[in-house]
Amino acid sequence: MRFLLLFSRQGKMRLQKWFMPLTEREKKKVMRDMMMLVLARPPRSSNFLQWRDLKIVYKRYASLYFCAALEEHDNELLALEVLHRYVELLDKYFGNVCELDIIFNFEKAYFILDEFLMGGEVLETSKIAVGVSMEEADTLQEVQYKLSKTFGHWSFSHYSRSCCVISRRWRST
Amino acid sequence: MSPSIPLQEMIRAIRSARTQCEERGVIQRECAAIRAQFRQADNGARSHNLAKLLYVHMLGYPAHFGQMECVRMIASPRYSEKRVGYLGAMMLLDEKQDASLLITNSIKNDLSHSNQYVQSLALCTLACMGSAEMCRDLAPEIDRLLRASNSYIKKKAALCAVHIVRKVHELGELFAPAARSLLTEKNHGVLHGAVVLITELCERNPEALERFRKTVPDLVQIMKGLVISGYSPEHDVAGISDPFLQVRILRLLRILGRHSETASDAMNDLLAQVATNTDSTKTVGNAVLYETVLTVLDIKSESGLRVLAVNILGRFLLNNDRNIRYIAMMSLQKIVGTDHNAVQRHRGTIVDCLKDHDASVKRRALELSLALVSASNIRSMMKELLLFLSSCPPELRAQTASGIFNAAERYAPSQRWHIDTILHVLTTAGGDVRDETVPNLIQLITNTSELHCYTVHKLYRALLTDISQQPLVQVACWCIGEYGDLLLKGECQETEPAQVTEDDVLDSLETVLQSHMSAPATRGFALTATMKLSTRITDNVDRIRSIVSIYGSCIDVELQQRAVEYNALFKKYDHMRAAVLERMPVIEKNSLGQTNGESAVEAIKAVQPATVKQGEPPLPLQPANQVCDLLDLLGGSEEPLQPSSVQSGTASGLPINNSSTAGGDLLDLLGGFEPTPAAPAPAVTVYEKDGVNLTLLCEKHSDSGLTVTLTASNSNDSDISSFTLQAAVPKSVQLHMKAPSGDFLPARGAAKVTQMVVLNNPNKVNLKMRVRISYTSQGSACQDTVQIDSFPGL
Repeated sequence: MRFLLLFSRQGKMRLQKWFMPLTEREKKKVMRDMMMLVLARPPRSSNFLQWRDLKIVYKRYASLYFCAALEEHDNELLALEVLHRYVELLDKYFGNVCELDIIFNFEKAYFILDEFLMGGEVLETSKIAVGVSMEEADTLQEVQYKLSKTFGHWSFSHYSRSCCVISRRWRST
Repeated sequence: MSPSIPLQEMIRAIRSARTQCEERGVIQRECAAIRAQFRQADNGARSHNLAKLLYVHMLGYPAHFGQMECVRMIASPRYSEKRVGYLGAMMLLDEKQDASLLITNSIKNDLSHSNQYVQSLALCTLACMGSAEMCRDLAPEIDRLLRASNSYIKKKAALCAVHIVRKVHELGELFAPAARSLLTEKNHGVLHGAVVLITELCERNPEALERFRKTVPDLVQIMKGLVISGYSPEHDVAGISDPFLQVRILRLLRILGRHSETASDAMNDLLAQVATNTDSTKTVGNAVLYETVLTVLDIKSESGLRVLAVNILGRFLLNNDRNIRYIAMMSLQKIVGTDHNAVQRHRGTIVDCLKDHDASVKRRALELSLALVSASNIRSMMKELLLFLSSCPPELRAQTASGIFNAAERYAPSQRWHIDTILHVLTTAGGDVRDETVPNLIQLITNTSELHCYTVHKLYRALLTDISQQPLVQVACWCIGEYGDLLLKGECQETEPAQVTEDDVLDSLETVLQSHMSAPATRGFALTATMKLSTRITDNVDRIRSIVSIYGSCIDVELQQRAVEYNALFKKYDHMRAAVLERMPVIEKNSLGQTNGESAVEAIKAVQPATVKQGEPPLPLQPANQVCDLLDLLGGSEEPLQPSSVQSGTASGLPINNSSTAGGDLLDLLGGFEPTPAAPAPAVTVYEKDGVNLTLLCEKHSDSGLTVTLTASNSNDSDISSFTLQAAVPKSVQLHMKAPSGDFLPARGAAKVTQMVVLNNPNKVNLKMRVRISYTSQGSACQDTVQIDSFPGL
């Protein structure tokens, strides 16, 4: 895979993961092209496109478009499965994920992606394993926060959907 | 300055901004706050601020001032800060930035951290944006991690190694042994990583490929285990056990079996098993089947397996899911060269896909259809393709048109069909065809002399309906100019004759001339066609004369030039008009590529092998020679147009009619030559020796100008080759030797060689000429000189 983009119907980028080196300018151009190509597709078309020398695979989930660019020898049908697996992982983590979750917790979305894909290839094929690693990493983070709390620093906690925003601040007195 | 708000609130504030301006305001405030915070000492909110910055960056705003902060955060001992710092590094830094080198040391330290999650952060970042130097630095570390760590780290190290190998090919050697040993692992993640790594190594290095061929039995074993094994909740996707791993193994098997009989044999059974047992109702099953098919078609598989694979593709073609059909057509495209017959069986379905609504499917179907056209199915395929052309999306038009032309050229069952097809394309998609279509079509029409009547009728009718498609109009004008008399004759075998009068024809040409839709080139065609008709019609010559003179003052320089020249033809050279505007001879493919400026020598040589087509005057022609003469006559005008219009312009080829009364005058004027034995003008023999006979014919064409024609023939029993003539004249006389008609004299006077020499004698001195003859006969070279003192006809 060369890159993975998530964007909304209105053309707002929600997640961008690049597996090849590009300058900022090139990245912007690519994102514009992708949005133009994908958003222009009629509803019941096939999920595959040809763009330059890459195969573009895209899938729409609710209000978000997941768009991946593959090389010549990659399997497009499997790429659809990869996109679907990522959505399932997000769903498991956030509990009934929606676009807002990905907006407000974008860094978590990236962390989950980093547990699933690396360097453009699938890293872990087991749903359960990814979830376990995320939990453990989050716990590690929490533990460290709790430790640092006693030393009076800013702390940060992740947004949970079931309750309203909780941001705890401790100011050293 | 207001205290900076937490991340969520900032996001909410940005989202609730109603205008772009408001949003920019919020973001600018926040960025200022973040910058201030960065400058302060460690204050525990760093990860928080960096996260905000990353969000702003994702919206598209500049965030480069966060790069150094990323570097600092990565070096922090706190996991939370490291996490966000590495994320920032992956988003803001890439290998082209200088700051990326600064994190190399941090990554190195973190790779040996006690906590595996810290290690994984470092591995992930290295795999995402590691530059070549970083990779070289850290490769030994990665190798160590590949061997001795837990499976969580091993799988990450494997993919990190893949990235390193991609960046620095030579390091592949380093990882090969570790990769081999990883294949024995049970953890799917590690296995997957190992397979990817081995694939990468084999693709880059043929030696590695040889070595890894030994792993084929192991891979087959693993794959069998996946296929046969029962339900495993961890890896199952819709009934398929770990499809990601299956697909990767299949791909590796493809690479390993590609050029090796033994390896391919070892996987035959497995592939057959996967192909038959995989459930194809869901996408995931089809993904595995697709990979299997690709593998079977690429390795040296046995024929039964190949048939099975093509059948699977055939089944895919009939699938309702557009994706599957798209995939099938892409795969069939790859094998249409090798397994052409197998793909032909599915031609019907593929042609049906041309009518699909989806643009991607249409494109694939078009490419495949064009590849499947053959002599046996050309008629039906062309019907479908023409139907497609009339309704296809604009971006595919040019491709379709050129594909149709190629196919028609290769497999046309009859000339008439060929012309019809091209005309059909021009009427439907005239704007999208390539430029060389017009001359190609003109040549095709000229060559099918029996269909001239039919063609001109069809084109005339097309012209009446629509004059917007430029290529069509150009061809139609040209045809009407050439064959207008056939149109007016009112009888035609192939199609219903049109009852047109001369006025109708001239009307249609004038419409083209005056229409704003006509391109300048098209108007040129129309003007020339009008002019040509002056010799083919009888009543309305005056009308033509007036049209031509009007355009003598046209703003368009090209049209003006033409009109002026044609005017000259009407006035001063009226006696030549008939011959100049006579029917065009058959155009040879190579002479089409010439423009006026080219040397006569090339032209002669090219026309030399010209075979005479039936129905045309039986004389070999040297159009370029006459071109030069004519140019001299008319003041040396250059015609920088398409070659066909060059030919159809003032400098059209001149077939010399023996019986035409204008012929005699023509010969005088243009110093016309007669390579055939029945030359009308008297020739004097000036040299006769050893069977070589040289005759001289001279014509005065102006006060001081004179053209001398030397004709050589060979009455020996053996052929003469490399026959050349050289001439010398007194100093004040100007000499210009034209290209000889050839240098080969066959035995017993079967053919002659002609050489024209143009002399200019302004001082009117006594004209003498010395001619040197050199040739090769029976293997020996001969040379002789003759002096000519008297020129008959002077």
